Amino acid sequence: MSELNTNNRALKWLEARLPIVSFVDHSLGTKYPAPKNLSYWWNFGSLAGIVLVIMILTGLFLAMNYTAHVDYAFNSVERIMRDVNYGWLIRYIHMNGASMFFIVVYIHIFRGLYYGSYKPPREVLWWLGLVILLLMMATAFMGYVLPWGQMSFWGATVITNLFSAFPVVGDYIVTLLWGGFSVDNPTLNRFFALHFLLPFVIVGVVILHIWALHQAKSNNPLGIDMKGPNDAIPFHPYYTIKDLYGLGVFMLFFMYFVFYAPNYMGHPDNYIPANPMVTPPHIVPEWYFLPFYAILRAVPDKLGGVLLMFAAILVLAALPWLDTSKVRSAAFRPIYKWFFWLFAVDAVVLGYIGAMPAEEPYVTIGQIATAYYFLHWIVLLPLIGWFEKPRPLPESISAAVRKGTPVNAGATEKV
Amino acid sequence: MRKILINAAAAIGLSVVTASGAMAAGGVKVPSESWTWDGLFGYYDKAQLQRGFQIYNEVCASCHSLKLVAYRNLMEIGLTEDQVKAIAAEKEVEDGPDDEGEMFFRPALPSDRFVPPFPNENAARAANGGALPPDLSLITKARMGGPNYIYHLLLGYHEEPPAGFELGATQYYNEYFPGHAIGMPPQLMEGLVDYADGTEASEEQLARDITAFLNWAAEPELEARKSLGIKVMLFLLVLTAMLYALKRKIWANVDH
Repeated sequence: MSELNTNNRALKWLEARLPIVSFVDHSLGTKYPAPKNLSYWWNFGSLAGIVLVIMILTGLFLAMNYTAHVDYAFNSVERIMRDVNYGWLIRYIHMNGASMFFIVVYIHIFRGLYYGSYKPPREVLWWLGLVILLLMMATAFMGYVLPWGQMSFWGATVITNLFSAFPVVGDYIVTLLWGGFSVDNPTLNRFFALHFLLPFVIVGVVILHIWALHQAKSNNPLGIDMKGPNDAIPFHPYYTIKDLYGLGVFMLFFMYFVFYAPNYMGHPDNYIPANPMVTPPHIVPEWYFLPFYAILRAVPDKLGGVLLMFAAILVLAALPWLDTSKVRSAAFRPIYKWFFWLFAVDAVVLGYIGAMPAEEPYVTIGQIATAYYFLHWIVLLPLIGWFEKPRPLPESISAAVRKGTPVNAGATEKV
Repeated sequence: MRKILINAAAAIGLSVVTASGAMAAGGVKVPSESWTWDGLFGYYDKAQLQRGFQIYNEVCASCHSLKLVAYRNLMEIGLTEDQVKAIAAEKEVEDGPDDEGEMFFRPALPSDRFVPPFPNENAARAANGGALPPDLSLITKARMGGPNYIYHLLLGYHEEPPAGFELGATQYYNEYFPGHAIGMPPQLMEGLVDYADGTEASEEQLARDITAFLNWAAEPELEARKSLGIKVMLFLLVLTAMLYALKRKIWANVDH
């Protein structure tokens, strides 16, 4: 990274002392080659990064006004809503931003599943993404506890109690999480500290994620490698502008919720101050945890449920080997394509079941959907790879786009 | 462009689902009412909020606290500073210690939060047959169905419970309360308050006005939020359209 095409003397001066200009140019600029056929489904990675920055910034200003103490936390949040200048805006952005983060990341993950982005040589990239997902879940869970409403308290109680299912070390772990013998002030304090710390850990893993991406380069809707300069275009200006346009559309969606339905994705019970003496009739987690909550409750045994819930995410780490097909993109996999959508439906069903009370017929449906979740990864995915006859792959990206081959439903937008 | 429209439609569709699909915790469907603060251009009717405050002050405040609202906030619903000072001064708050180290009582100031009717939860329960009248500061945000639930709860009392339904000695049957057995006696009756502005105090009118006041108490930022929202959405719409045009221009010569 030495050549720098600029006549700007200030940039040249800086470049000679710290080659940061060419570094950025190679990372996100004109020297980073990207496949020319990326569809709008490839916008969600950069969107996730931007949401992370929004969350850190709004979170910083919330932290300046928040009091992490069981007697003051709820009222300090309400003080932010009522008396801090634009406090309501900062909090509503942060609160809905958590949901937006998961919407964006779930779409990003499903895009990876559809186009086989986890296959060689992108396994480590995929794993780093899973690490980010786990960190996000921990961060979101602890953040939801901070306003110290009824769902904060009881959600924290239910979820931390899960760890007691582990033999021998279980009770020790729970005491450590609580900082005592029940969810109380020490719990709130450590959750606040960790909720502040973990986003920066996420930033670190995101940097590794992007590093690994730049090693393998982006996958694309055809799932074939870039074979030459004809297949690639520079990231800037082509994808910077495409990402910016996508950001505009996304911000319209995000801001609609912030300004017009700020509590749509929340639960009314969290506007009741935490009360250890009163259990809410239905304790439900935030929507983004519902599928995993359904898997947890599908098993009558507590330890079994906890293990299965963790397994639901860990199984994704084995996808590069569970998927036996050499073809990445589902656009050329006539059978897998159908099972992908069936799995997507299954995930939505699990989410719905997670929101329902633990009674019939929801319990049975939840068990069937949970069984299918694992069946899909462990049995169907390897079998489909063996038996499926993929459609022939195009010889190159440029050959495919020249002929105007329709690639898939998500990439039909022709400009 | 098509994508923007689809997203906007989806977002609006989602919010319609919230408005119409709201269920009370007990599973009773709460009918939707129309409110001035609904929709993109929602606002509060200050005269209605003042009527609602009158009801709260004369009726609800004898049992229900409103701890998160300060007297000074009443200026936002159109009361003058002098009116607010007079309203605050009717209540006493403990202050101190003074120079001798003694605690003392003084009239409340506009900067004080609404003085609760009971000093603590036990006192509140003792005076209400064991039931705790909830704080009303966030009540429309803290219940499924929001303001619609509050409105219908206030009007939802039945003289007699259905045959076979057992009520406790200090309980009343309410169609919308989860479990139906509510500790609060029916409050609204025609002419309950003498509205300062001469509005006729029918039961429905009372229920609407107090609900409006409580919604303001829970979401005092609502008007500022919705009016800023319009500007933000319009700005984003124009910006996104321009970014889209730029995107088309930059990509014009690329086969993809």
